[in-house]
Amino acid sequence: MKLTIPEIEIMSSGHVACQGCGATLAFRYALKALGRETIVVIPACCWSIIDGPFPYSAAGVPLFHTAFETAGSTASGVRAALDIKGIDNVSVLAWAGDGGTMDIGIQALSGAVERGEDIIYVCYDNEAYMNTGIQRSSSTPYGAWTTTTPAKNFKTGPKKNMVEIMVAHKIPYTATANIAFPEDFIAKLKKAKSIKGPKFIQIISPCPAGWKFSSQLTIKLAKLSFEACVFPLYEVENSRYTVKKPNKKTDVREYLNLQGRFKHLNSDAMGLIQKNIDEEWGLLLKKERTSDEKCAETDAKA
Amino acid sequence: MKKVITGNHAVSFGAKLARVEVIAAYPITPQTEVVEKLSEIVSDGELAAKFIKVESEHSAMAACIGASVTGARAFTATSSQGLALMHEMLHWATGARVPIVMANINRTLGPPWNIWSEQTDSLSQRDTGWLQFYCENNQEILDTVIQAFKICEKVSLPGMICLDAFYHSHTSEVVDLPEQKSIDKFLPKYDPKYKLDINEPHTFGGLTSPEWYYELRYKIQSSMEDALGVISETGKEYAAITGRRYGLIDEYKTEDADEILITAGAMSQTAKEAVDLMREKNKKVGLLRIRTFRPFPKNEVRKIIKRAKSAGVIDRDISFGSEGIFFQEVKSALYRESARPPIYGFIAGLGGRDVTIDEIIKIAESMPKMARNNEFTWVGAKI
Ligand SMILES: Cc1ncc(C[n+]2csc(CCOP(=O)(O)OP(=O)(O)O)c2C)c(N)n1
Ligand code: SF4
Repeated sequence: MKLTIPEIEIMSSGHVACQGCGATLAFRYALKALGRETIVVIPACCWSIIDGPFPYSAAGVPLFHTAFETAGSTASGVRAALDIKGIDNVSVLAWAGDGGTMDIGIQALSGAVERGEDIIYVCYDNEAYMNTGIQRSSSTPYGAWTTTTPAKNFKTGPKKNMVEIMVAHKIPYTATANIAFPEDFIAKLKKAKSIKGPKFIQIISPCPAGWKFSSQLTIKLAKLSFEACVFPLYEVENSRYTVKKPNKKTDVREYLNLQGRFKHLNSDAMGLIQKNIDEEWGLLLKKERTSDEKCAETDAKA
Repeated sequence: MKKVITGNHAVSFGAKLARVEVIAAYPITPQTEVVEKLSEIVSDGELAAKFIKVESEHSAMAACIGASVTGARAFTATSSQGLALMHEMLHWATGARVPIVMANINRTLGPPWNIWSEQTDSLSQRDTGWLQFYCENNQEILDTVIQAFKICEKVSLPGMICLDAFYHSHTSEVVDLPEQKSIDKFLPKYDPKYKLDINEPHTFGGLTSPEWYYELRYKIQSSMEDALGVISETGKEYAAITGRRYGLIDEYKTEDADEILITAGAMSQTAKEAVDLMREKNKKVGLLRIRTFRPFPKNEVRKIIKRAKSAGVIDRDISFGSEGIFFQEVKSALYRESARPPIYGFIAGLGGRDVTIDEIIKIAESMPKMARNNEFTWVGAKI
């Protein structure tokens, strides 16, 4: 089989992530996809540290560290400066954690995409505030332990559906990705690069420290999140959904049982999680069908 | 070319003459007209700039930082709550060493809601590392916007031009607009040595341990100190093309003054009238207007005040639990003098309350009779 992952290594070793960090792999792949013609903006998150301490940097491309809630707006400023200088061969990549995206940063992100800024926004989703020591975020799933949702009082609300929020903004491209499927992620980023306007990609990035699993399991867990349909892989291009289906949908318990953050759950709670996943999965497939019909209709009219 | 324009439009024309490249702003009374005018100028094609209509002031400052660090000349304007919302990013701009220029229309902070003049908003930002200029009239506002870019770009720090709500922002005066050609010569294109550039990748703002952070702060402080000289030099250069010279302070009849009043901003014009009236009655009163609040012109203030029998600082601001903010700064500038006149603090005009000529005369006349340890007085408060 021909390898499609670009050989080029832009990110260097010597970063300071934890062993087995999914977010670090995600960034490495992102740069392979986008190339050296990329300017990155990173708000407060694990990646503020992963990049390395001054005067070192593992990124290999121009990088600006910005305040927690400003990935969307700082990237807008970078884009504006490039535009006014007539530089049109550079991708502006906002690279943020789930908290910086769905919580504190949602205003700036919503503002940026509503304005139609030509930026790629990637949220690496480790489902909590890891940088500050594993506190719940709005991306933390039902049932999970974090330091602010202790086992006795685990998180009971669902994970915020950021993809749908982005789709509702009617941006040209929204997608999810998974570090266990780098070819897919790279293809999505390349597609995002070729589209003008705001692009949003959310990539599931298991975190050994925060999810409480042994660091050699990162890819396995990422894969299971796809197979159990916990974190579906799909694209929404101009409102048309394309969902990647696993060969066989697996039981969510296998995914949950490998992680310490769910170990307090009894079988009822796990059953509820399975039920919710099934419902969400059904809904997503329905969206794919109906969006397909709708798009076919509009295509026919046009 | 002479034009009758408001202080707000003086800001807009200043930004236009400075050929700003990226503007990011969010509306707030009484600033709104600044960016409305600029939107018009940009959409009419009179200025080649990108205008980002952000969703908040916090984002406005973040976008300006992003633009500036990518090498574009960036500008914004705000007021009051908008400035307060930016606070975090004001520190960020300084640390990132980006020479963004911003106009702040001095307005009260709520609650209660009040849209009138007060300088507590910008003075609360005094420790963010922004240069701060307080202007007296619309001409100075326009001239200061242009000069601020040059000064800030030389010292790699951001700068704030302060004008008073309504007294400046919505009041029309004759303003002389310099020729674009001469401003282009005065203020060359912004081209920083370090920027976000794919041909020479650098990382900005990464985690920095105590081993180096301390030195980076030291560098900000020394740039602030350099700014004192740069402001004066730039003032001279600007005078050569426009005939209008500005420095760190503005002296009005202080040479032989027994009592010196100290003000900043629009109130200074009223105070000058008061000085004239008192001079007609042979009262030796003078005015020291502080134009540059950051960096603070300690030496100039010290030199002038130590000649007087007493000095009175009129603050349109208050640091709760302490006193007027200019009062604190002026007093601290005098600390080194073994023989120093008494300095009195007056709080006046908060929330846009009019500070009249009569009131200023009363202040000046009360000074010789005051007890040396009189801390500070609320002028005309209904209490
Ligand atoms: C205004 C502000 N509030 C709080 C913080 C502290 N803080 C830094 S990173 C972080 C959590 C980041 O979480 P997330 O975005 O999910 O990224 P992760 O750390 O998981 O990579 C927090 C709360 C901050 N830097 N700024
Ligand atoms: S805490 Fe998690 S996300 Fe952060 S560096 Fe470690 S493994 Fe990566």
